[in-house]
Amino acid sequence: MSNPEEETPLIHIVNVTKTYDMGAEKVHALRGAGLDIRKNEYVAIMGPSGSGKSTLMNIIGCLDTPTSGLYNFGGSNVGEMNDNELAAIRNKQIGFVFQTFNLLARSTALHNVELPLIYAGIPAADRRERAEQALANVGLADRMTHKPNELSGGQRQRVAIARALVNTPSIILADEPTGNLDSKTGEEIMQLFSELHRQGNTLILVTHEEDIAAHAHRIVRLFDGEIASDVRVDNPKVYARTS
Amino acid sequence: MFRLHELREGLRIAFTAIISNKMRSVLTTLGIVIGIVVVTLMATVIEGLGTALDNSIKSLGADVYYISKWDWFSDEWWKSRNRKEISLAEARQMQEKFTLAEAVVPVVQAWQKTMKYRNKSVKGNVIGTEEAYLITSGVVPEQGRFFNDLEGSSGRPVCVIGHDVANTLFENEDPIGKTIKINGYSYRVIGVFEKEGSFLGSAMFSKDSQSFIPLPNFYRVFGNERSIDIHVKMGPDVDKEDAKAEMIGLFRQIRRVPPADEDDFGVNTQDFLKKIFESVVGTIGVIGFLITSLSLLVGGVGIMNIMFVSVKERTKEIGTRKALGAKRRTILIQFLIEAAALCLIGGIIGIGLSYPLSLIIDTVLPSSMPLWVVGVSLSISITVGLVSGIVPAYTAARMNPVDALRYE
Ligand SMILES: Nc1ncnc2c1ncn2[C@@H]1O[C@H](COP(=O)(O)OP(=O)(O)OP(=O)(O)O)[C@@H](O)[C@H]1O
Ligand SMILES: [Mg+2]
Repeated sequence: MSNPEEETPLIHIVNVTKTYDMGAEKVHALRGAGLDIRKNEYVAIMGPSGSGKSTLMNIIGCLDTPTSGLYNFGGSNVGEMNDNELAAIRNKQIGFVFQTFNLLARSTALHNVELPLIYAGIPAADRRERAEQALANVGLADRMTHKPNELSGGQRQRVAIARALVNTPSIILADEPTGNLDSKTGEEIMQLFSELHRQGNTLILVTHEEDIAAHAHRIVRLFDGEIASDVRVDNPKVYARTS
Repeated sequence: MFRLHELREGLRIAFTAIISNKMRSVLTTLGIVIGIVVVTLMATVIEGLGTALDNSIKSLGADVYYISKWDWFSDEWWKSRNRKEISLAEARQMQEKFTLAEAVVPVVQAWQKTMKYRNKSVKGNVIGTEEAYLITSGVVPEQGRFFNDLEGSSGRPVCVIGHDVANTLFENEDPIGKTIKINGYSYRVIGVFEKEGSFLGSAMFSKDSQSFIPLPNFYRVFGNERSIDIHVKMGPDVDKEDAKAEMIGLFRQIRRVPPADEDDFGVNTQDFLKKIFESVVGTIGVIGFLITSLSLLVGGVGIMNIMFVSVKERTKEIGTRKALGAKRRTILIQFLIEAAALCLIGGIIGIGLSYPLSLIIDTVLPSSMPLWVVGVSLSISITVGLVSGIVPAYTAARMNPVDALRYE
């Protein structure tokens, strides 16, 4: 941590563009963005609506591919990967947390958390144990068999976080994770993220709210598909360890 | 190991999806259900016909030729209308001269005559014949005995009755020794044949509704203008084809058929039954096949449609699964399993419906649903599911994760 510039960055993005061809006009969602993110960084991506935050996140998360530019993840070129390799990266290296939680409505919390492990081919007994542990870590040991509609918004987002963490990814990507939560619940989720960061996880978080971004150690601002600023936060908001 | 996981998750998803859309799922499978019902019932009917055929063949006797004025089931049966009747004298000559035969028996039949016992009566064919009929028909009465030639030549009023006749006339009584009226004449029952069943509902060749009396008695009751059938059972050691040729040649001589003319009599065998059987089975098969393929096609299109709906409804779920690391193959398998499971349910419902229906068929045509048809039906169902699920499943597998996640 003393001199992070020396390591290869986990995420290395150079001059990435994303253009949507809408027939009559072209939408330039990203116009040559560059960004390096290292292990154990906690980055907030901010910017006005439509500035390209989600587009950038999707590219980082290997859900989408850039129109042009270079993207290296952990040293390998994502642009050269086939569909199965991308799926494997999403499965093992990346943990997604969505604004709308995106839990499977008909499955229990436990099964939702088990999903990435199923796709990783982890044997059932092992899988169950790890999923239970992940749920316990986010404080939901007593809600394992509940279905999403039996959980509060905050609890649902915790299930989603447990799901993102269960396969011990290299990075956690959260696109407006508190966007659908009230401010108190949002704070609880942010507290959980800070804790995850303290445990050594790498986090990227998209948000509109300065309050939320204040938890991060670095703030990247997008404007009209370009990176307008990239600053370190000198003294991020921290919480005392709870329980 | 990996694939097994995928399969289990696929089954689990299919199960949840189908359960949460019970009504829709069941309605969707209607085409499959109909298709499977038709297939299973068709197989049941064909099996039943096969059994009936075997029974009828037994009752007609193997290696027996039936020389008759008529060609049975010929396309040109009307041609035989103008033929000369076969007389008893001709039959007697045959008996005398045709030495290759084990038995040559004249048989004459009167249609739909009344048989009475006390206040009960039944209609059936009355047959006049001789003792050797036992040899050509190959069956002996189940109860009592057949009349012998002594009784025959002395014109004793005795009769042997078919199973149904006995059942109708004598509900709780022993028929043997009782006197019944055949066309108004009294006959003592000396034997009852066992139940034979009929082929395609035709009682024509079944003894069940018939009664048998000695030839002289028959002439007394019904006159002698009817054409005689001659039943010929070949001897055990003769070459069948040669013997048949000789039999025909001899009978042409007896009938004085000029050498250039066609036979003026028919030589029939039980083979015609096989022909009818094959043509009936062929017809049932073709119709059944058409109905089945049509309903499976309609069913398959229905399944494809509902699978497209299912894929559309779960677009966001597909996006989420992809974000969590599901490969294209995994998604493909998931939806294929769902489609196959839907059709399998249709197949099971179909079998469930056709089983009671097969019991109803059994009352008309003795039969049972063959077990193999269950396996075939289930395989057909799964295949239809896989085939109709492939395009929707492929669409799902090919979805771009971002677009899928964005879908509302
Ligand atoms: N699939 C798409 N087709 C066409 N245009 C798109 C598509 N996805 C994004 N865009 C456009 O790209 C631009 C950037 O979108 P993006 O979702 O990244 O914005 P954002 O910064 O996440 O905004 P918000 O804060 O509202 O979520 C927008 O102008 C959007 O309309
Ligand atoms: Mg966004």
